[in-house]
Amino acid sequence: MQIRRKLTAESSRHSAGFTRWSRRANTAAVFLAGALAACGGGDTGGETAGEPAEGAAATPMVVADAGTIRGMVNFVGDAPANAAIDMSEEQVCAAKHPGGASAEAVVASGGRLANVFIHIKEGLTGDHPAPGGQALIDQVGCVYHPHVIGVQVGQEIAFRNSDGILHNIKAAPTANRTFNISQPTNMTSTRTFTTAEVMVPVQCDVHGWMQMYIGVVAHPYFGVSGADGSFTIANLPPGTYTVEAWHEKYGVQTQQVTVAPNGTADLAFEYSAAMAANAVVPLGEPIDPHDHGPVRTTAVGSPASH
Amino acid sequence: MIRAHGVGDVARDILLAGLLLPGATAAAQQEAPGAAVYEKWCAGCHGSEGRGDGPAAAFMLPRPRDFTRAQFQIRTTSTGSLPTDEDILRVIDEGMPGTAMPGWKSLLNEAERRDLMAYLKTFSRFFETDRPQPVAFGRAPRPSGDVIAEGRRVYEQIECWKCHGQAGRGDGQSAPTQEDDTGSPIRPADLTESWFFNGGSTVEDIFRRLRTGLDGTPMPSFTDAIDAGVITEEQLWAVAHYVQSLGGEAPAVREVVRAASIAGDLPTTPDDSAWDAVEPFYLPLVGQIIVRPRWFAPTVDGVWVQALHNGAEIAFRLSWSDPSDSPDPAWAGWREAVARVMEPKEDVTTAAPNPAAAATGADAPDPGAGAVPSSGALSVAESPDAIAIWFPREIPSGMERPYFFMGSARDPVYVWHWQSRGTVQEMEARGPGLLTPLPGNGNGLTGTAAFDQGRWRVVLRRPLAAADSTRALTFLPGQPIPMALFAWDGDNTERGTRGSLSTWYFVSLEEPVSGAVYATPLLATLLTAGLGIAVVGRAQRREKQRRQVGASTATGSLNPPLEA
Repeated sequence: MQIRRKLTAESSRHSAGFTRWSRRANTAAVFLAGALAACGGGDTGGETAGEPAEGAAATPMVVADAGTIRGMVNFVGDAPANAAIDMSEEQVCAAKHPGGASAEAVVASGGRLANVFIHIKEGLTGDHPAPGGQALIDQVGCVYHPHVIGVQVGQEIAFRNSDGILHNIKAAPTANRTFNISQPTNMTSTRTFTTAEVMVPVQCDVHGWMQMYIGVVAHPYFGVSGADGSFTIANLPPGTYTVEAWHEKYGVQTQQVTVAPNGTADLAFEYSAAMAANAVVPLGEPIDPHDHGPVRTTAVGSPASH
Repeated sequence: MIRAHGVGDVARDILLAGLLLPGATAAAQQEAPGAAVYEKWCAGCHGSEGRGDGPAAAFMLPRPRDFTRAQFQIRTTSTGSLPTDEDILRVIDEGMPGTAMPGWKSLLNEAERRDLMAYLKTFSRFFETDRPQPVAFGRAPRPSGDVIAEGRRVYEQIECWKCHGQAGRGDGQSAPTQEDDTGSPIRPADLTESWFFNGGSTVEDIFRRLRTGLDGTPMPSFTDAIDAGVITEEQLWAVAHYVQSLGGEAPAVREVVRAASIAGDLPTTPDDSAWDAVEPFYLPLVGQIIVRPRWFAPTVDGVWVQALHNGAEIAFRLSWSDPSDSPDPAWAGWREAVARVMEPKEDVTTAAPNPAAAATGADAPDPGAGAVPSSGALSVAESPDAIAIWFPREIPSGMERPYFFMGSARDPVYVWHWQSRGTVQEMEARGPGLLTPLPGNGNGLTGTAAFDQGRWRVVLRRPLAAADSTRALTFLPGQPIPMALFAWDGDNTERGTRGSLSTWYFVSLEEPVSGAVYATPLLATLLTAGLGIAVVGRAQRREKQRRQVGASTATGSLNPPLEA
């Protein structure tokens, strides 16, 4: 009896935190099946086999009557200016930015927003094995290229140092294991993530301004909006999907879309500067020891049982 | 209703666990061996649920470990991998020097510590699914003659100095922006203080930290660099040897600082080579947590003290690690980060009343870091580095001394106060934080300071005799004189009572050496030599005579031997 009472108390306490984290929990539930299926992949990479391909797409699968989502991320209003980066203490990098460097928190122009990670959140079935190709994250001029990337669970990610100076690559996921790699000169390291997680923040501590994000999902149906705001998710089985868009400052939003056999569905997301105030950006946030509020679930993509 | 916990109950528990996983896990944890020990000794900082959020956590920097992430600094496993059981035990046993985490080896028995280790693992699901991936470290190569020079070269090449600084004092250009996994500011290790190395200070320990990194901190693993062939294992061993050579031995803490007596002028600058011959004494300092506002995250954890006198004057050289010459614009972000993490936790309404704040009006010199701010709020405003030595106003005859922390209204202390922006001044303290400049013309205190590569060296000098003998100490040789230190790092938001302090130590001035002291041994030597020559000479003469006697006996002569 005592145990039951304790459990009830625990569960009601957890319910208090449910609202805040429900989005993450749902995401977790969706990814769970795929994540577990793909968990067999190794944890670390050895030598990079062949030249890594930037933003390598998944291994093409034969999908009957495959359709496409053709999307656009619009930005309403004036985009805030990105902070200038003072690279004077790192001349090797400063020299690669003759016009000066600035952060990439909000890359918007002409009413379009770049660096939005878009992925199918609900509606997919079946397993999606990890692709063979590597995803490349390059460090050039003390900036990560790309700033936002999507990968599949189990897919190799190549981190390349093209600057020839010391960088460290610290990934701070919560559902996956963290790591912190030193790259004292030009070299490439490979890693994989074993669990779906949107998003995994990556940073360099030597150069505090260097940050980027990796969206880890359990299937190949994702994209990142380009400078023109566009993205494409191709080779998609016909069906109705919930599509989620994520931006590092403006948070997440979802839409339903139906892809007809052999069809192309148009999809537009809209962000504005006003969203910064309310956005919930799912990340491996630092834990505030002063926050004695509701206990949150372990992490996105974990087998949480809310 | 009380009944035995049977198989059916277990089945029900498992069922419930499936439905209400976190709650069930917490309940199961309550029953695990180690839970009671954890609750008693660990939860205060690490929190009942292992999230690093215990009631004391907010006062700590670095923060207590959040066990739910299963991210541990001290491992023998690759970065991102879980620690081994022995890795966890080691930290439980030895603690994390330089942080609030003590070692528990002497407090808990081995079974308790093992249970605790097992219990910590229940806080994270990673321990259910993942396995530690141990790193094969190999053996330390026997250090050859130039291994330290090679280590120094590689330290440069792989840019350790970017964070740890050229001299290893944690003052590198990237140091001000470092954060740990809790988003709290964190300092690169001061490599000159091996006794604060987490995970140990042997060459093997240091090599392991280089190889595995310290997960949860900015310190990365160099294993990938070895695998990629950009650095060899031997080179990394050389770095470990070099780092160890910087660290030195853990200094013995001695009660009494000896002020040697010299003839002639005392050194006036910190760079004077005369200091090289003066014995250094290490005085540990800890955060001031006696009165509010307290300070749990001090920069200065120890000061090297050297002292000399010449019968007319006394000079101290104080040396300590501090990564910046505050206020340094490069460290503005650090100040903000410290304020953000440490600020709102202290209730300062009970702070001691502060007449000193009122006393330091426009006509008084700016006491800067030595003054208590008018509110207890943590200030991100620029403030200087500072250090204070205080003494009783007169040499105590017995064991009676003023209150060790800046005296009291009844029994004030006499203070030498130096700061990086401004002047050296004599002050008086009538209680914790209650510093006021000494009225009058002072007693001739002077000071010079040098900041270089993350280290302050400050020379403070004064005539032995005080002009104002009622408020200031007159130094007399041959008697232990109480002294205590308080240090402030302005770029770490330290001012007022926020800083670090020592307990009472003593300085003892060597008795001055008179001419007689030199003459006596000389006289004794001459006397001994003279006596020796006399004795040996007589013995030789006797020997000679004996031989002559022997010879004459052989030839039948009967000359009797001469009696001496």
